[in-house]
Amino acid sequence: MGIVDIEGLGKSFEPGSYALKNVSFSLSRGQILGILGPNGAGKTTLIHLILGLILPTEGNIRVFGELLSPATRTGILKRMNFASNYVFLPQTLTLWENLMVYAIMYEVSEPARRCSEALRMFGLYEMRHKRARTLSSGQMMRLCLAKAMINTPEVLLLDEPTAGLDPEIARRTRRLLVELSRGKGLSVIYTSHNLWEMQEVSDRVLFLKGGKALLEGPSGELIGRYEVKNLEELFFKVLESGR
Amino acid sequence: MRPRHIAALCLRQIYLYRRSLTRLLETFYWPTMDLLLWGFVTLYLQRSSFGRMPVFVSYFIGALILWDVLFRAEQGISVSFLEDMWSRNLINVFVAPVTVTEYLAALMAISAIKVVAAFAVTSSLGWLLYSFSIFKLGIYLLPLVLNLVAMGWSIGILTTALILRYGLEAEILAWALAFLFLPFSAVFYPVKVLPRALRTVAMFIPASHAFEGMRAVISSGAFPPAQFEYACGLNIVYILAAIWFFMRVYKKALVSGIIPKIGE
Repeated sequence: MGIVDIEGLGKSFEPGSYALKNVSFSLSRGQILGILGPNGAGKTTLIHLILGLILPTEGNIRVFGELLSPATRTGILKRMNFASNYVFLPQTLTLWENLMVYAIMYEVSEPARRCSEALRMFGLYEMRHKRARTLSSGQMMRLCLAKAMINTPEVLLLDEPTAGLDPEIARRTRRLLVELSRGKGLSVIYTSHNLWEMQEVSDRVLFLKGGKALLEGPSGELIGRYEVKNLEELFFKVLESGR
Repeated sequence: MRPRHIAALCLRQIYLYRRSLTRLLETFYWPTMDLLLWGFVTLYLQRSSFGRMPVFVSYFIGALILWDVLFRAEQGISVSFLEDMWSRNLINVFVAPVTVTEYLAALMAISAIKVVAAFAVTSSLGWLLYSFSIFKLGIYLLPLVLNLVAMGWSIGILTTALILRYGLEAEILAWALAFLFLPFSAVFYPVKVLPRALRTVAMFIPASHAFEGMRAVISSGAFPPAQFEYACGLNIVYILAAIWFFMRVYKKALVSGIIPKIGE
């Protein structure tokens, strides 16, 4: 049993059409799973389902061995966190205040120390008393990533986290994720359109198209099996063949 | 119910208001303008009536201050929710380990803080400008205020549920819905002024009993207990109904997937 187990997961927003259909995978402790797919493939829907923001039409989600349900959701969320390129933090508050609010919300012990650590992790500590509205979009994304690390999560869900980051910060973020997964056992589920980035950080990848899982497995193994040089080639090969 | 979750959500609003002059002004600007405008109009009318309306100013200024309590209580809930939507922070809150009940409790706590702050300003202005002390209502002030806050909460939770259901296009309700009840709440005139059909409507509005009670206290010094009991009964029913409606909308939102749509 993995730390996140998805079994036959499906979501339909309208009768007769599926945003996600029969998706299954298992993520172990310390693994990074990259979710790939074109726009509308169901990547963000999958993340929202694991967060319990939307309810599945079919299938099960188990996190930390517990079935995700309204009764277990709060306990599970306490050990997870999330950041997205499309979700911000209040811009009137300072960086410090934003993190302090979430540190208290996640019941972090020694919240002030943890806020400092999280801000340092993403190179924002010197700016801690600035209002979030003065940040560039890349800096805002770093603040969201700092918020995502505030409770030292065991599972981290990231929706296009490096989309607005400059190459240097994006590389540092990827390295940090790999370091945390290898060193601290952090499990990450990660969506991105950057296939090179995916190849660099992901232990496993899941290809989605039209809500269906076309492929799932360790990146290296899939590249070998399909006789391609990298994930980008694999991506286009899979898209063209439909499988 | 975890107090730290509620404290965190309240802290977010306190930080927001501490850092936003425009939001602070918005909280105090309109009640101050109302008090200035309608207070002087009332003063003029009272002086022109040659003493035929001796308690007119008290009725009117008291009504303005107490109506603001209801309005702030409502806005304390709906606008606080909107703040998270406007800042695209709603999803962060909904994926934090906070239950819906805690979220609603936090909105009510934030609303109570805003009511206390606005009440302090409007009651001070009433005293400074018109020598009217709302505290002359004595011990009866508390049940009046509590009933108005409770009604404000019911409207606020209902509004929030509608915004959750229909998204930002329903945000106007945060300012408009409370005013729907204003004509039937007997705020500035007694219920008996209303046509018979609307008197029946007023009977089912807790605020109308609170304002009738206020006028009774100002004119006779006695608070009619029946009005208070009626207002309390109605408020309990309405708050429970509003919470039930919010929960229902929230559960439907989890199925329809509207939270990510309105939160991004």
